[in-house]
Amino acid sequence: MTQKAFVRTEMLPEQDPPPTEAGIVGWIRENLFSGWLNTLLTLLAIGVIYYVLSGLLPWIFQSVWNAGSLDECREIMKATWGETHGHACWAVIKDRWLQLLYGFYPPYPVYPDANFGEAPVGHWLPAYFRPNLALVLLFAALAPVLFDRVPRKMLVFTAIYPFVMPWLMWGGSVWTPVGIAAGFAILFAVIRYGQVAMGFLLAVIVGVLAALLWWGLIMGYVTAGLDQIVPIAIPSVESREFGGFMLAILIGVVAIGLSLPIGIVLALGRRSDLLIIKSLSVGFIELIRGVPLITLLFVASVLLNYFMPPGTDFDIIMRVMIMVTVFASAYTAEVIRGGLAALPKGQYEGADSLGLDYWQAQRLIIMPQALKISIPGIVSTFIGVFKDTTLVSIIGLLDPIGLSQGIRANQEWNGIYWELFAFIALLFFVTCFGMSRYSMWLERKLQKGH
Amino acid sequence: MTTHSDPPQESFRLSMLLYDTRYRSMTIQVVALIGFMLAAAWLINNTMQNLAALGKPVEFGFFTEPSSYDINQHILEYDSRDTHLRASFIGLLNTIIVAVLGCVTATIVGVLVGVLRLSKNWLVAKIMAVYVEMFRNVPVLLWIVLAMAILIESLPRPSAFRGDDPDATMKIFDSVALTNRGVYVPEPLLSNSLGNIHLFGQSSLRMDVSLDLLALVVVLGLSIFAARKVTARAERIQNATGERPTTWYINLGIILIPSAILLTALGLHLGYPELKGFNFGGGIHMRNSLIALWMALGLYTAAFVAEIVRAGILAVSHGQTEAAAALGLRPNRVMQLVVLPQALRVIVPPLISQYLNLTKNSSLAIAVGYMDITGTLGGITMNQTGRELECVLLLMLVYLTLSLIISSVMNWYNNRVKLVER
Repeated sequence: MTQKAFVRTEMLPEQDPPPTEAGIVGWIRENLFSGWLNTLLTLLAIGVIYYVLSGLLPWIFQSVWNAGSLDECREIMKATWGETHGHACWAVIKDRWLQLLYGFYPPYPVYPDANFGEAPVGHWLPAYFRPNLALVLLFAALAPVLFDRVPRKMLVFTAIYPFVMPWLMWGGSVWTPVGIAAGFAILFAVIRYGQVAMGFLLAVIVGVLAALLWWGLIMGYVTAGLDQIVPIAIPSVESREFGGFMLAILIGVVAIGLSLPIGIVLALGRRSDLLIIKSLSVGFIELIRGVPLITLLFVASVLLNYFMPPGTDFDIIMRVMIMVTVFASAYTAEVIRGGLAALPKGQYEGADSLGLDYWQAQRLIIMPQALKISIPGIVSTFIGVFKDTTLVSIIGLLDPIGLSQGIRANQEWNGIYWELFAFIALLFFVTCFGMSRYSMWLERKLQKGH
Repeated sequence: MTTHSDPPQESFRLSMLLYDTRYRSMTIQVVALIGFMLAAAWLINNTMQNLAALGKPVEFGFFTEPSSYDINQHILEYDSRDTHLRASFIGLLNTIIVAVLGCVTATIVGVLVGVLRLSKNWLVAKIMAVYVEMFRNVPVLLWIVLAMAILIESLPRPSAFRGDDPDATMKIFDSVALTNRGVYVPEPLLSNSLGNIHLFGQSSLRMDVSLDLLALVVVLGLSIFAARKVTARAERIQNATGERPTTWYINLGIILIPSAILLTALGLHLGYPELKGFNFGGGIHMRNSLIALWMALGLYTAAFVAEIVRAGILAVSHGQTEAAAALGLRPNRVMQLVVLPQALRVIVPPLISQYLNLTKNSSLAIAVGYMDITGTLGGITMNQTGRELECVLLLMLVYLTLSLIISSVMNWYNNRVKLVER
């Protein structure tokens, strides 16, 4: 019985896919019109996009940039397009953008009465030199933390920055930040060199006491003396002149920067075996997380002065910074606790079996891994805190939203809403979106290790 | 050579408190406790001194004094002769109202956006991504004031509805009026109402509970109970015979018909808003502040909910879906029986923490003048009486209580759906 089977011996040449399945057409068919439901959704989406853009684009681009007041803006609109509706009046931003960015911070602090653009004779620094420099230096200080290509030596600058920034922003004698930094130097010196003689714990206690002694009693005389001998000072700027987006960044950066170390300590406290430490940490974290930020800001604005010894009066921005830091610390602590809990138990046991003590284990084994796990959470907490700095407008600080109300109260710009909101929203969007993209990039980069 | 059978008896030395790990933890704790107590004592002492200097001893007597301010949006009766305590209670109810409305909106919009963001339709997925990023990266306070500005600036004045050829008309079969003074929607009215029962006498918590509502809740509860019985019976039959009797129309009837009968008996009809004089009358008046807060909080939180839902659905591994399909389940059953139960375990805890955030963010009501607990207790009452310490601490306590209630619900749910591992 013979059976004939046909077996092709040579391969057929490869054919192109049908034109409707490849290229742009294929992609469109696949992604936009693959079924009746999909087609319907696509048409609906196109309708929505058209509706939004047809309103938004003319508003943004057919707009008035040069006018002194809203009425003038409207007259120009009437003259140009015959209607006042649907056209933005960006003139308000052109008029007030400096205020929205810097509040009432003097552009040339040496000459407090000088206005922007009219640099006083003999003044060579550009306007807003100090806050701008502080911002640039902030990126320089953050660079070694954010990107590992930057030389490690830059970390020294990162350590100095917390003392440079307040001096640049508030001004005054250079010896005050130096004195405060000296307190920290004393603390570290005692821990570093006293550790051998006294052991770690005692060294920490002695160091803290010594630093407190320095700040509380000695520093005042020393800085006053140094001011007499070597007076180096820049003009000081009052806190009430701070405002705008600069204030939001300032509060955000201070709160974020301080909340990380405090949050780590609180997270360790919450996971500690020591009952009292643990309950104190839990109580603090839950209390802060259970109340809205606005109540903490009320505490800052009306109660914090009651808590201080009679006669002390420190300014509202400082008080707000304290409360926002407290708020951010509690949230950061919970994120880091999540990272600590996600670490396999073997890591803790491995550290123990190597004979590392608690702090060595935390520093060398646990924290690097736990922080890495919690980076996305930390960054989203940071974004949240940064957005929440707008709440200070409710207790009367002049952040962008507070300033927008002030601008609207002005006779020229009475009744202007959307342009101001759009500008403020754009500022926040760019910053927060940038942060979230950075966190995603970092997450991907750290993932490669595995 | 001698051997010791037991270690040498060490006498206790003071340095052991620091160097001996057995005692060191005790030392640390005692030092921490003393430090904490000293700090607390210092703060309390300062506060007492400062308050004494101002002549403001800590007392809560002001709560029984008349508040003498109005609250424009209140669901229980209230007027300015009522006490501060009553005002705070109304404020608390307002907080709860906006929180519940916001949570419902956030959940519905969030789930929709989260699911659509995973859609195979590229355009729709991108639009949803833009929505999420736009709302997440702009402060909620800005959204709230923006919503308020939109309502006030872009909606017509009530007078625009007047005349033979009005500039504005009511929407949805002449039943809803959108004005810049608020939104008027029809209210349900009963022609033969059962009346109210008055609770708590003349105290600050007094309230009238509608008997009609109670009756409706009871009837609905009984209907749902009966419907569950029917479903349970269907389960039993399915387990025994493999055939599942169709029950949806029985259930629908059981749930709807008794309530419908009750409502007809009570004479349900709608009271439409009407233009009276310079303003609308009748119907339910929802103030702009409530709507702005509700919409802004709802849509803002929805962006976060969408991300949570998306992450939850992506967290269910593809193998689960494929295995369910291999068992021969239809796509909607796969979603219902396999994917959703597993996704919910991931979704619900962060979802509830978003509810918590929304409730706390509702305190921003003060920016648009909605009288919630922050606007009453932490706003006008505080400013009128000058009792900052008492008001702020009580305000924090109220929010703390709300938060603890919500998080205990979360813990209860977590324990219920926790994976039972080996």
